[in-house]
Amino acid sequence: MGDQPLVDFAWIMDHLDDIALRLVQHVQLTIIPVFLGFVISLFLAIWAVRQPRVYGPIVAISGILYTIPSIAAFAFLIPIFGLTLITAVIPLTTYTLLILVRNNASGFAAVPADVLEAAEGMGYTRWERMRRIELPLAVPLMVAGIRLAVVTTIGLATVAAILGDSFGGLGQFITEGLQTFFPTKIYLGAVLSVALAFLADFLIIRVERRLTPWATARAGRV
Amino acid sequence: MPDIIGWLSDPINWSGDQGIPARLIEHLQICLLAVGAATAIGLPVGLYVGHTGRHAGLAINLANIGRAVPSYALMVGILPIALTLAPTIGYDPDLGLTFLPLFLAMTLLAIPPILVATYAGLREVDRDLIEAGRGMGLTERQILGRLEVPLAVPVIIGGFRTSTLQVIATATIGAILSFGGLGRFIVDGLANRDDAMLFGGAVLVTVLALLVDGVLAVVQHVLTPRALRGKPAPRRPSDDDEDRIDPAMFGVRTADVST
Repeated sequence: MGDQPLVDFAWIMDHLDDIALRLVQHVQLTIIPVFLGFVISLFLAIWAVRQPRVYGPIVAISGILYTIPSIAAFAFLIPIFGLTLITAVIPLTTYTLLILVRNNASGFAAVPADVLEAAEGMGYTRWERMRRIELPLAVPLMVAGIRLAVVTTIGLATVAAILGDSFGGLGQFITEGLQTFFPTKIYLGAVLSVALAFLADFLIIRVERRLTPWATARAGRV
Repeated sequence: MPDIIGWLSDPINWSGDQGIPARLIEHLQICLLAVGAATAIGLPVGLYVGHTGRHAGLAINLANIGRAVPSYALMVGILPIALTLAPTIGYDPDLGLTFLPLFLAMTLLAIPPILVATYAGLREVDRDLIEAGRGMGLTERQILGRLEVPLAVPVIIGGFRTSTLQVIATATIGAILSFGGLGRFIVDGLANRDDAMLFGGAVLVTVLALLVDGVLAVVQHVLTPRALRGKPAPRRPSDDDEDRIDPAMFGVRTADVST
């Protein structure tokens, strides 16, 4: 790496197109898994609320999936799906499950029992109660889970670059920088993925405020 | 299907400095050092902000920044700096040039769960208990040591488990940087299209992670004060799962919601 500067700004200015492309790819590598993971874990959490017995096994299985190292998981899937986006998305999705299932289930568990009884007393059906009482009240913990899942996935997605550059995202800069000993690319990928994580976190907090206007009344607490 | 069993049972793979035992030891070494360093930093800071409530916002935000930094980016990013500084700080190349980047990246990865869990564990301790302790004339140190820490132990160890699990799994990426450890089999298997080695390595890391997590689960159970074991669950979803309230997974939110 010798004499070249750690960051070559001229190179960055010359490659803004590439940067935009990788950013879009990275957002795609994050949104698809978190969305899929959230939908799956929402169903799992609702199931666990109805049938408390299944909660333990669900968390145990998500825990096992979570322990599989990402490059190992990619390795398992390459023979089936090849070097494709599907291979990248499946492990990234399963990693979100542990976080999201726990938070979604805790969100439902955090709904006070007397609120539920009041809803029953008012003649809500199970479905109405879920939609109008439990889901909205579970939002804060669900969003906390989504925030963690998004930030984690943005980080993990950098490793997906080893699968190929047609969807590699910001990790592509890091991998190429490492292979060609060009530190500018390494730092560009690193800084942008951190910046993306912060931006995403900030945006989710804003959306949460919209979704739970009643919570704004208690704002000011850390 | 590649011959994973054949690879795993081939005696050649169990000897020498590139065999499974040697790689396993390398892997465990880096994990132990990183989790140790992270505990040395995260635990005292978590205890301090959890007990006093001072600087909590700052500490938790810093921890969350730590979470946002991808380990892969971090270790690759430290490499050029380590190479530049190596002669100046007398960094021993015998340790392997990639040891330092991987160690720092793994430490940073391991700090947030420990710190946040320690903080959240202390914050969840019933305020009335602490007031009662003060009323009985306990010093702040005694309140921390005799009330808060024992009651928070399950949550703190939960954070420690999360950290350890993440480090064991993530340290495999170190092999991309030419570090050893079990990731070596995965990266080399991928590069040489040696599927048996690739899958064998993946199985080894996964089994290691599950084993260590199992051991830590037992430790967590043993260290949990008897009165807290099988604590009645807050209505749902299950009565027998202690993992359910692991604030390390929630960020800071639990402390917030449970009040």
